Amino acid sequence: MPHLPCHARLVAAVTVTVMLALPAAAEPVLRRGNDGEAESLDPHKVAGAWEDRIIGDLFEGLLADDPAARPIPGQASSWTVSDDGLVYTFTLRPDARWSDGRPVTAGDFVYAFRRLLAPATAAKYASLLFTIAGAEAFNSGTVTDPEAVAARARGPRTLEVRLAHPAPYFLDQLTHMTAYPVPRHVVDAHGDDWTKPGNIVTNGPYRLVDWQPQRAVTLTRNDAHYAAAEVAIATVVYLPIEDRTEALKRFRADEIDTYPQFPARQYRWLRANLPDETRVAPYLGIYYYPINIHRPPFDRREVRRALALAIDREIITERITGVGEVPATSFVPPGTLNYRPAFEPALGWPAERRLAKARRLLAAAGYGPETPLRFVLRYNTSENHRQVAIAIAAMWKQALGVEVELFNSEVTVHYNALQHQDFEVARAAWIADYNDAQNFLFLAESSSGKLNYPRYANPDYDRLMDQAALTQDPAARGELLHQAEAILMHDMPYIPIYYYVSRNLVSTRIKGWVDNIEDRHRSRWLSLE
Amino acid sequence: MIGYAVRRLIVAIPTLLIIIALAFFMMRIAPGGPFDQERSLPAQIEQNLRAAYHLDEPVWQQFGRYLGGLLRGDFGPSFKYRDFSVTELIAAGFPVSLQIGAAAILFAVLVGGGLGALAAVHQNRTPDHAAMAVATVGLALPNFVVAPLLTLCLGVYLDLLPVGGWGSPAQAVLPIATLALPQIATIARLARAGLVEVLRADYIRTARAKGLPGWRVLARHALYPAVVPVVSYLGPAIAAVITGSVVVETIFGIPGVGRYFVQGALNRDYTLVMGVVVLYAGLIIALNLVVDLVYGWLDPRVRYD
Repeated sequence: MPHLPCHARLVAAVTVTVMLALPAAAEPVLRRGNDGEAESLDPHKVAGAWEDRIIGDLFEGLLADDPAARPIPGQASSWTVSDDGLVYTFTLRPDARWSDGRPVTAGDFVYAFRRLLAPATAAKYASLLFTIAGAEAFNSGTVTDPEAVAARARGPRTLEVRLAHPAPYFLDQLTHMTAYPVPRHVVDAHGDDWTKPGNIVTNGPYRLVDWQPQRAVTLTRNDAHYAAAEVAIATVVYLPIEDRTEALKRFRADEIDTYPQFPARQYRWLRANLPDETRVAPYLGIYYYPINIHRPPFDRREVRRALALAIDREIITERITGVGEVPATSFVPPGTLNYRPAFEPALGWPAERRLAKARRLLAAAGYGPETPLRFVLRYNTSENHRQVAIAIAAMWKQALGVEVELFNSEVTVHYNALQHQDFEVARAAWIADYNDAQNFLFLAESSSGKLNYPRYANPDYDRLMDQAALTQDPAARGELLHQAEAILMHDMPYIPIYYYVSRNLVSTRIKGWVDNIEDRHRSRWLSLE
Repeated sequence: MIGYAVRRLIVAIPTLLIIIALAFFMMRIAPGGPFDQERSLPAQIEQNLRAAYHLDEPVWQQFGRYLGGLLRGDFGPSFKYRDFSVTELIAAGFPVSLQIGAAAILFAVLVGGGLGALAAVHQNRTPDHAAMAVATVGLALPNFVVAPLLTLCLGVYLDLLPVGGWGSPAQAVLPIATLALPQIATIARLARAGLVEVLRADYIRTARAKGLPGWRVLARHALYPAVVPVVSYLGPAIAAVITGSVVVETIFGIPGVGRYFVQGALNRDYTLVMGVVVLYAGLIIALNLVVDLVYGWLDPRVRYD
């Protein structure tokens, strides 16, 4: 808020202070701890869960999240899908309005999609809407005409979107912040400053009052929103607290009502002392170790499978992570919509059988106690990753006589190395953006480039993925994806370790909180006792 | 004296330039870039981002662009906080760091000076030992131990003070205390040492012999010269307190600039780190100059040629 004069800043500071000091005043205030500072409030420029929390309160897409993060009608009241699954026609609600009272039009969505995809916007998440025909070409600059993006306004309240291929997850994608509209009249008037308090206009259940970097983002109910009457909490304050231990203290001191990432090491204490406030739920994320299949001997499947088999996942989830994470024997987590993960049965065998098989496989590749396999295991600096790496290295050493050297580096260096294939075995993770198996499995497609850290390329896999992309029937499509995953698990370029869980602190004063697999909890559904 | 100050400021310009160049190129040499995050970006999108931030240009050209901006007072856009320019972030954060740092130093000078004087006057007796014990503990406990302890005891258990946040005076108490503690310790030791030495000087004995009361000897004759070592320490101490409060800012959730330095470096937010480097370098140069000028005021024997 540095552009405001001093007295305005003071007033804002006092306002925030007063609001923080009076939790039980007439108008309820929800104080949500956030595990990061928003990089931006522009839905097209961000990628983090901590921004999604705020932006998801401020804006609303064609579809919105219900309390369990399932898609429900949002700015669009209804839609039709053509028989070939390619053309979606949305009808906007007549009372869809921006917070300044202007109607939200189909043109706003067309503008927003084009803006997201324009190379000049440099949107980190533009690829999410490559589902739309022409989007990828426009974003990559091979086509410069924004008309190429197949989203058209057929009247002020009718939006027609043509997809590049059938995608049953498209509706779920529309609840993601990349697909939110932005107010063209405000962006045109203020340029990059359009998200500043005083300028910004939003179409979600809340509007922005104030944003002080590293301190607080304050929202208030947007009375122009069609559901404003049902929004119970008038004011929401997001407080960025990166230090999780301190966040827990502030929660205990009743300075915040929710926090999205309690410190895992305090879990035992929390379960004993704050059992009703501690919420652990399955989450759409996988912790895995990619293997560089282009470096001998990792080009041999037996070596990769031996390493995968020799890990005792239960020890990792029970003794190290310990917050209820689930040992992973597939790459796609269970709970993914319309999908049955291709669990690799061998990873769940009893220890003796598993280890015997691992030793046989490694011996077949020419490695044993006399000729030990040696390599470097990379992880990004973090206590949790370190402990997991030490445990797994010890398991490999004990079961297979493998000599592992651990190498850690900060997160930027780590992922830079992964993208440039500068690793042998490494730590990585993937959190889904929408609830669909494709959002995990696309990583292993040969066309995914740097995101596919091992540069795994299997024509059979690619063919099944392409086939699935052209299949409309959810069951048939799920089966194709399942077959693809089975190939992936057999080839084992990614060793699954565990499925993530979400771990929220939620005050018992809050009603309407529903644990869900996407860990999205819009403030509009919450109320305070 | 004015000539001296002007000469020092002229010398500061090349110093600042060297610091900027060093910081700029060291940041670029560090492996990884601002867009290498946990969430990897597709190649095309990273290309778009690099173009938007001119990272696709040769490094020397980027350096020239940066210096050009600096001359116009423009620190450039932050790579991470895309809604703010670095100038805006520093303008919002620096006053907070300054307030908290200044309050901590003031507190430390008062308490540390008092403790030091108490110890010196009662040299080798119980008050001396007690004060120096406090000082040793204050110096030995790092602030990442003190801060969580204070928040847990005073914030969570006793519920006397807020655990974190920024805005109300109550929220400033614990961070200021944490930040001041090691400074209190150092200042107390320096003040004690300075005073003990001065109290042994011949002119003090003369003053006492002339029958001046003890407090007057202390206040009038001993304190000024005894304070010189403390002042020479204060220059770097102020800079350290204002800039080096990363731990305190993180633990108490204070929106200052200290965090930008560390986070900026980890995120490879080149412009933000550069902005903070320029700020810190300027601050340290200015504070050292001020301290040198204060010497002359405190001790007339100091000459500026």
